[in-house]
Amino acid sequence: MKHIISAVVENQPGVLARVVGLISGRGYNIDSLNVAPTNDPTTSRITMVVPGDDRVLEQVTKQLNKLVDVIKVHDFTGEKFTDRELMLAKVMTTAKNRSAVIELASLFNARIVCVQSKSLTVQMVGTTDEVDNMLELLRSNGILELSRSGVIAVGRLD
Amino acid sequence: MRTGVECLMDGLQQAGVETVFGLPGGSVLDIFKDLYHAPFEFILVRHEQGATHMADGYARATGKVGCCLVTSGPGATNTVTGLATANMDSVPMVCISGQVPSNMIGNDAFQEADITGITRPVTKHNYLVRNVDDLPRIIAEAFYIAATGRPGPVLIDIPKDVQRASTNALTPQEIKIRGYNPNTAGHPRQIAKLAEALNRAEKPLLYVGAGVICSGAAAELTALARKARLPVTTTLLGLGSFPETDPLSLRMLGMHGSVTANYATQECDLLVSVGARFDDRVTGKLSEFAPHATIAHIDIDPSAISKSVAVDIPVVGDVRHVLTALLPLVEERPREAWLSKLGQWQEKYPFTYDQDPGKLMPQYVIDKIYELTRGDAIIATEVGQHQMWAAHFYKYTQPRTFISSGGLGTMGFGLPAAIGAQVGRRDKMVVDIAGDGSAQMNFQELVVAVEHQLPVKVVILNNSYLGMVRQWQEMFYKGEYSATVLGQADRPQNERVPGAAPHYLPDFVKMAEAHGALGLRAVKREEVVPSLEKAFAWNGPAVLECMVEREVNVYPMVPAGASLLEMIHSMA
Repeated sequence: MKHIISAVVENQPGVLARVVGLISGRGYNIDSLNVAPTNDPTTSRITMVVPGDDRVLEQVTKQLNKLVDVIKVHDFTGEKFTDRELMLAKVMTTAKNRSAVIELASLFNARIVCVQSKSLTVQMVGTTDEVDNMLELLRSNGILELSRSGVIAVGRLD
Repeated sequence: MRTGVECLMDGLQQAGVETVFGLPGGSVLDIFKDLYHAPFEFILVRHEQGATHMADGYARATGKVGCCLVTSGPGATNTVTGLATANMDSVPMVCISGQVPSNMIGNDAFQEADITGITRPVTKHNYLVRNVDDLPRIIAEAFYIAATGRPGPVLIDIPKDVQRASTNALTPQEIKIRGYNPNTAGHPRQIAKLAEALNRAEKPLLYVGAGVICSGAAAELTALARKARLPVTTTLLGLGSFPETDPLSLRMLGMHGSVTANYATQECDLLVSVGARFDDRVTGKLSEFAPHATIAHIDIDPSAISKSVAVDIPVVGDVRHVLTALLPLVEERPREAWLSKLGQWQEKYPFTYDQDPGKLMPQYVIDKIYELTRGDAIIATEVGQHQMWAAHFYKYTQPRTFISSGGLGTMGFGLPAAIGAQVGRRDKMVVDIAGDGSAQMNFQELVVAVEHQLPVKVVILNNSYLGMVRQWQEMFYKGEYSATVLGQADRPQNERVPGAAPHYLPDFVKMAEAHGALGLRAVKREEVVPSLEKAFAWNGPAVLECMVEREVNVYPMVPAGASLLEMIHSMA
């Protein structure tokens, strides 16, 4: 089962290494990872997607909470939350498939953010499923470069 | 304005440091310049690992934060085992390391090591000080973090330029760390639930660990056990938290626990862990651990709850706070049937050994150490068979009198830890019980004991084997003693030394003498008591080597991964 773990941490060097080290040191892979400052610039939010069974992830969450630089940890699993991912995909295009790619993008509410002679860069925001779905459909055109932000999430409860 | 080094000296003093263990080097020369005039004692070790174990032993014996100081690079990397040892056993310690100047970090500078990176998984917390203005706060925080909550080691890495830079920053009056707020008072509702369970239980058992010692709750624990007639078993590191001379004591449980303690664990209807963490050496096979029991767990560390064993009644809080609140809620109960059953087991299954007067049994030596010290010494151990025998045949009645590396199992811990303990407790006899394998791992620190007139006694049970590993090889690896034979005889072919090698090296008596200590050897059983008497009467450090029966095993033993009921009592 995939867990979306969100941690508010001190915005200091070495903190990310501590958090990631705690997870990798137990042999778990991180599917995706996103870090950026929160509205308080002295703190950052780390959002991670980690596959693993519930008991293990509960232990990981508790261990993360123990880190001195970690202020708050939350596992969104089993709760109501809003999650999004940003994707930038540079798709190979020719005169033949260009309009099809543009059409596909508009169907997914994605935008073309860079137009070059042999490629289009598609920007899309959506859930992981939506992004995966879009990518699947784009793939036949040939994807030159792909960058995904990893999941970010906020809870729906006040 | 103060320099970084001045901030450090003031910070150590404000933290109440009385003794620093360490070794200098290029990156800490500025610190040692001021240390020259410092008001606290400095103990120069011979290897940085020794400094960490001394600070650790000092902390375990006194309850204060141990402090060590080392240089960058190899000085710092030599502390890793000591930090990991302290981390596993929740020992409060602050280690200060020098670092190359900030502008050299990452350049593969001479004696550079990323010690905060290296020690991240083996410390409670660590700091690389980037700005001298942060240093006074960091020092105060480090001591606070080390000593509070579940204690542990904290490392502060200070680059040379930060040591020299000046600042107006003062030590904060109050320490507030937003990500670190250990919860000391247990939840009243959980405590009430636990009391109710204790009052209802017919076959309760207290399973007690080092948390009781950390929090200074031995008196509260004893009061609780005696009031409600609760039998007590302890972990290795819990030894001393409850008097083992009390009939309610079932002694240690687990892999090498007493039969009674293990039977009681498997039969009890309520198991209350008091500051113990359900270590794999305690539980054996998890799915068969305490099968009939409701499990309660008092621990200051929320991550210790339900880590391996599912807990029915968790109480997160400081053990002393929780026990104090619990005591008035718990009713007196006779529990005659349960206690009489336990009593019968105790009578039937004591720790035993071969009493043949022609044999110098290792257990006999510990028996005699117990008798001659009247159970009043601080016992440090290394790691292995002797460590288990020191747990079986010495009865601990006071907290902070048994000093041993439990979690990490660090050979070479005992001697420096004994020295550290003696520094903190000069009023006590301190004895390091060692095997001949472990004894060779940090022997160089004996010089420190001699120099500082710290009269530690080292008793080496020499069976010329790495005994515990040999025991496993005998029991589970077809008796093939691969790399466990320390003498020349009986080695496998590929370990044979050509030519006429001495039968056994080193000569511990000469080694003791070369370090300036008294060296003694007992070869026969009847020599043990006079030798111990001589060593104990000697007013300085003494090393007594006892040439014990070679292939003696520690029993009972629960094989790794087996249920606690599957105890092997002997190799029949």
